[in-house]
Amino acid sequence: MFKKILIANRGEIAVRIIRACHEMGIAAVVVYSDVDRASLHVRKADEAYPIGAAAATESYLNIQKILDVAARSGADAVHPGYGFLSENARFAQACSDASVKFIGPTAAAMEAMGSKTRARQAMEKAGVPFVPGTSRGLDSFEQAAQVAEKIGYPIMLKAAAGGGGKGMRLVHAPDQLKSSLEAARSEAERSFGDSEVYVEKAILDPRHIEMQILADEHGNTVYLGERECSLQRRHQKVMEEAPSPIVDADMRRRMGEVAVRVAQAAKYTNAGTVEFLVDREKNFYFLEMNTRLQVEHPVTELITGLDLVLLQIRIAAGEKLPLTQEDIHIRGHAIECRTYAEDPGNNYFPSPGRIALLLEPSGPGIRCDSGIYEGWNVPIDYDPLLAKLIGYGADREQAIARLTRALDEYFVGGIKTNISLFRRIMGDPEFRAAKLDTGFLDRMLTRPEDKRADSKAAEIATIAAGVFAALGSSSPAARGNQAERNPVPNSDSRWKSASRQEALR
Amino acid sequence: MLYDITIDGKSHRIELNRTENRWTCRLDGREVEVDAVLARADVLSLRIGNMAHEVKAEHVGGELHLWVGSARFAVDVRDPRSLRGRSRSGDHHGPKKITAPMPGKVVRLIAREGDQVELGDGVAVVEAMKMQNEIRAPKKGTIQKILVTEGAAVNAGDVLAIVD
Repeated sequence: MFKKILIANRGEIAVRIIRACHEMGIAAVVVYSDVDRASLHVRKADEAYPIGAAAATESYLNIQKILDVAARSGADAVHPGYGFLSENARFAQACSDASVKFIGPTAAAMEAMGSKTRARQAMEKAGVPFVPGTSRGLDSFEQAAQVAEKIGYPIMLKAAAGGGGKGMRLVHAPDQLKSSLEAARSEAERSFGDSEVYVEKAILDPRHIEMQILADEHGNTVYLGERECSLQRRHQKVMEEAPSPIVDADMRRRMGEVAVRVAQAAKYTNAGTVEFLVDREKNFYFLEMNTRLQVEHPVTELITGLDLVLLQIRIAAGEKLPLTQEDIHIRGHAIECRTYAEDPGNNYFPSPGRIALLLEPSGPGIRCDSGIYEGWNVPIDYDPLLAKLIGYGADREQAIARLTRALDEYFVGGIKTNISLFRRIMGDPEFRAAKLDTGFLDRMLTRPEDKRADSKAAEIATIAAGVFAALGSSSPAARGNQAERNPVPNSDSRWKSASRQEALR
Repeated sequence: MLYDITIDGKSHRIELNRTENRWTCRLDGREVEVDAVLARADVLSLRIGNMAHEVKAEHVGGELHLWVGSARFAVDVRDPRSLRGRSRSGDHHGPKKITAPMPGKVVRLIAREGDQVELGDGVAVVEAMKMQNEIRAPKKGTIQKILVTEGAAVNAGDVLAIVD
C-alpha cells in the first residue's frame, strides 16, 4: 500500500480524498495556489506545497510543478480528484514516467475515452447503442451543415474534449448553426485548449442516467448501479440521486452490462462512469465515459455501502477487487445537492466573497462534504462548487424528507448560494413524483415562485431587528464589540473560572 | 430603546427594554412577550410567547438582511430620536449604469458606443469562476459610453457601460 499520496486538486474533493487517506493511515500531501493558502484542504493536509499563481494554468493544471512536488515530498501516488488534470492523459503518462502511480485509468484508456469522438469509434465496435451523429470532429461549417441536414434538426454541438456542458450548443434550425458552431468552438478552445466539435441528433427532454463502474488491474470489472443526473441548469448538474426512479432491476442489469463492456473494450481500470441519455421510451444511448471520480460519487457510496475513494486507492495499489457483481446490493435512496456560490436572485451569477456565517446541517441520514469554513474567502478563480449536501433514507420519500429538514438547518451567510433553489425543488410536486428530465429545472425556474410574504415571519423579523439593534449587533459599525455581548467567544474566562472553582473543591 | 423599522415596505415602531435578562417589548403600541438570547454572532434565538424562532443576520454591503427560516427580509432600522434621517433616492429615469454583478474579467464587449439596445440585450460578457455571464441592458436606449475594455479585470459594482 502507498505511504504518501499527493492530491492534485482543491476544494471539497481534496478534503474528501484527504479523509480517505487518513482512514487508511496514508499521509496526504496537497498543493495550493496563491489564493488557496487558507483553503480547507491545506488546513487538513499533512504536507502542503505552494505551486504558483491563482490561474489554474499556473498551478493546478501545471503538470511539471505538480510532479516536482511529488518528487520533493516523496509521494508514491497521485490522486487527481475531478476537473483540473483528472482526465488529462498526458498527466497520467507523465506520472507513470516519473514512477508515481496515477490513481485512475492508464493514459491509453483515458485517451481512448477522453475524446468523445474516438470513444465512439471504439464503442461502436463493441456494439454499444449510440445517438445518431458524427463520430469525428467537424472540419468545416459546410460539413456541419451537411451532417445536420442528414440527421435532422434539432441537433446538439459538443466539444470533443468537453465535459460539464462547456462548448455545448443546442441548434434548432439551420440559420443558428453558424453562430452556434463558432461559439461552441471558441468555448471549447478556452475551456479545454482543443476546439474540436462534433454533432449529434438532439434527444429532447431526455433523462441523463449514468452507471458507476470499478475495474481492477486483474481484469475484474463490476457496476455499482446508476445515478439519475437529470436535474441540470445550463447543462451543469445541480442535483443527483441514486437509484434512478425509472430504472428497475432488469434495466439496471442491462445498462450495467453495457457499461462493463464499454470499460473492458478500453481496457479500463479504476473508477469510471458511463453516461447514458435515456429517452421517453427508456431506450438508453451511450453518451460518454468519464474517466475519473465523479462529483456525485457519494450517492453511490450511500446506496452500496462502499467507499469509492478507498477502493480507487486499493485498486491503484494493485489489489484485486474485494467483491464480485453478486456481492453488490442497492439499499435505500440517496440525493445530493450541489451547493454553489451563485445568486439565484440574480440569474445565478457567481458570488465569491467572505463566508460570514456557516451553519452546517447534521443528524440522521445527512452527509455534508464541504470545502469551506466560516471566515474563509471564496476565490473568484475556480469552480463555484462549495459543498455537497447528501441525504440518505430507506426510500426516496425519506431521503427527501431528511434533505428538506437539513436544508432548513443549512445556512451560508455573507455570500449568495443556491440553497434556496434546493428548498424549492424539494417542495415541487413534479420532483416529488420523480417526473424528471434534463429540461425539468429550466421549466421549474420559468414558473413564478410563490413569494407570498408571510406576515408572521415579517413580524418575527421586525422584533428580531429591534433586538439585534438593542444588543448593538445589527449595524456593521457596531459589530466590532459584539464579542463583548456574545457569551460564546467570551466563554474562555468562564471556563477558567469554572475550572478554578472545580480545583478549589 | 426605540426604533423605527422598515420591512417589506411597511414601517413599524418598536420599543424594547431589557433589565437583567428580561425583555419588555411594545410593537406598534401592542405589548409582545419577548425573550432573546444571542446564541452566537448574528444568530438570535428568539422566543415570542412560547414560540421559538432562530433568526440569522447577514450584512450585505450596507444593508441588513434577516432570515426567518428560508424567508429573507431586508430591514432598515432607525433611531427616531437621531436627527440623521437618510434620504433615499427614488427610481430615476435618464441614464442607467450597467454594472458588473460580480468580480471577474471582461471577455467580450457585445455592444459598441452609440449602439441602440433593447431591454435585455447583451452588452458585455464577464467571466468569473469558469462561467461566462452575459451582462444585459437594464433598459431600452443608446449605449452612451463603454468604460471597460476586453480583458479588463472588474470588481462587483464596477460600471461597465452607461445606457440612455
